[in-house]
Amino acid sequence: MLAGSGWMEERSMAELVLDSVTKVYNPKSRHPVTAVDRVDMPIGDGEIIGLLGSSGCGKTSTLRMIAGFESVSSGEIRVGERVINNLPPARRNVAMAFEGYALYPPLRIRDNIGFALLRDRHPAAEVARKVDEVTGLLEIGDILDRYPPTISAGQQQRSSLARALIRDADAFLLDEPMSQLEPQLRAILRARIKDWLITRKMTTVFVTHDQTEAIALADRIAVMEGGILQQFATPNDLKERPANLFVASFIGEPPMNIYTASVYRDGDRLGLIAEDQAGNEAFRVALPGEDAAPAPHRQLRDGQRVHLGVRPHRVRLGEGGLLGRVTSHHWLGDQTHIGIELGNALLIAVAHGIFEARAGSDIAIALPATSLHIFDHDSERALFHGMEPAERAA
Amino acid sequence: MGSDSGWKRVLRGVLLTIVALFFLFPIFWVFLMSFQTNETILRIPPSIVFEPTLQNYVALISGKLVSNAGVLEIAFMKNLGNSLILSVVSVALSLLLGVPAAYAFARFKFRLGEDIAFTLLSFRFAPPLLVLLPLALYFQSMGLIDTYFGLIWVYQLITLPLILWIVRGYFEDISEDIEYAYRVDGNSWLRTFLKISVPLARPGIAAAMLLAFIFAWNNFVFALILASADKQPVTVGALAFVTASGIQYGQIAASIVLSVTPTLLLALYAQRYLVEGLSLGAVKG
Repeated sequence: MLAGSGWMEERSMAELVLDSVTKVYNPKSRHPVTAVDRVDMPIGDGEIIGLLGSSGCGKTSTLRMIAGFESVSSGEIRVGERVINNLPPARRNVAMAFEGYALYPPLRIRDNIGFALLRDRHPAAEVARKVDEVTGLLEIGDILDRYPPTISAGQQQRSSLARALIRDADAFLLDEPMSQLEPQLRAILRARIKDWLITRKMTTVFVTHDQTEAIALADRIAVMEGGILQQFATPNDLKERPANLFVASFIGEPPMNIYTASVYRDGDRLGLIAEDQAGNEAFRVALPGEDAAPAPHRQLRDGQRVHLGVRPHRVRLGEGGLLGRVTSHHWLGDQTHIGIELGNALLIAVAHGIFEARAGSDIAIALPATSLHIFDHDSERALFHGMEPAERAA
Repeated sequence: MGSDSGWKRVLRGVLLTIVALFFLFPIFWVFLMSFQTNETILRIPPSIVFEPTLQNYVALISGKLVSNAGVLEIAFMKNLGNSLILSVVSVALSLLLGVPAAYAFARFKFRLGEDIAFTLLSFRFAPPLLVLLPLALYFQSMGLIDTYFGLIWVYQLITLPLILWIVRGYFEDISEDIEYAYRVDGNSWLRTFLKISVPLARPGIAAAMLLAFIFAWNNFVFALILASADKQPVTVGALAFVTASGIQYGQIAASIVLSVTPTLLLALYAQRYLVEGLSLGAVKG
């Protein structure tokens, strides 16, 4: 199913499987809270998985269940053939980097990082070599003899990350591993850490609310919302084939333009009428009609209510049959964000490079049928991505 | 603070000295009194110039109180020993029971958990006299009256809630993630408690221990009712200095000095941990 990501071949050892994992807090109280709801996640050996979602979506609960800090209300977590959800954390052989760092205050950074290895009686020279290696990677080699309370938050976070990365575990769990770092450093470390994880074939699950980080680091991303796994797919699939309206609007910067729309049929011609906020017609887009060679949209009924989505990057500017008015114009240094009024609806478009357009001027745009995402109105599930039906949506 | 100008430092020093004098003066006066005879203590006007004598201490340690009415046997050293036994064992027992209990209350949600914790705290609200009479009757029939065991048991009413509630707060302040990190590194729950939680809560445990010891040491009514002369601590034993022939101020002062000493030493010792707790800081995640 995931050609190119290469994880399917590695069935040998530490596959990490979440099988219908559910977490209910206060199950016996009057108001039980389902934090994680039947999450299925087969994670291949050596695969890097990002858990992405907003605060309170259940991503950290999921991670903590894998680590063993939270009990699993129902379902199963397996490493290979071994069911681990009833094992204490110490026997799961996982390593974790904590969002709150959780360094041991009385130990020097060097001893914090080497702690687990020393505990397992690895030779001191080997531990020292590994500590040097991992701290060099994370650029904290200069603080090894300091104590945790005396270093900055970013350094503590990297120390906590180093303490996890140095281990030889079945799974590596990283909770917001780079939230405290400066953007430049974050970008550099992201690449290095990815390299480190890939060369050592470390099965990794990391939690983040930063989609750039998730996309850059992960082989596959699990988008969560309200305790439910919305989609578990490669970064590219999340962008090109979002399973539902939530994923479509959550992934991508600037976010996807989304309109409520209804289908119209006029003889052989087929199209969508997009509405503005007030429910009035804003603009129309044509879909390939019944007579077109691929006619995937055939099953859309006349008058059917849908959601229409268009990625800002896929809007074509300066051509096509739709006429809009430029309302805003931002040059961001490498791309231009342009706000366009179509009828009374707002469309955000992105042009690569500098795009000259004055606010108030008219602009011709095209929304090619290949770039349209169509979602069911009520279930908000994806129906079509461009010219393809979305039948394989999760 | 280091950047303060000279006169500010001097002023601070002067003010601190005045405060210290004000609070420490009674102790200082008692200390002087313990080296005086009743006559020099009671002379008017009082003076800090006198000929020091060790007769008060000699009387206390030998157990023979010499007054103008004759020689009186007192068991001060025995009382001091009793105080030590009762306080030390009570606090040790409370630590043994209270620290794990405090951890449980801090970390785990369980049925009636809050109610149990509050009930334990409520022992501190009730005036001791309220429970003493029934307790004395029960102890009588159970044969626990006038035993160290019975007294230590009753002392738990004083020391256990104190330790439980103070230490619980410290446990709650420790980031759970530090414990988790240790467990993920391959350690059991019990080891995590002993190696991570307890050491990190040590300043709190030291503070609670010190307070509990002081409360136990200063307790009066429990021992007054439930113990005979044989098992009485110094607080009750000091009543013996009020004799038919007058009040022995010199010996009272000497006994105060002697009975304050263990608490003072303990406070000085525990202080190191209290200060360490402040400087360690930043344990929270």
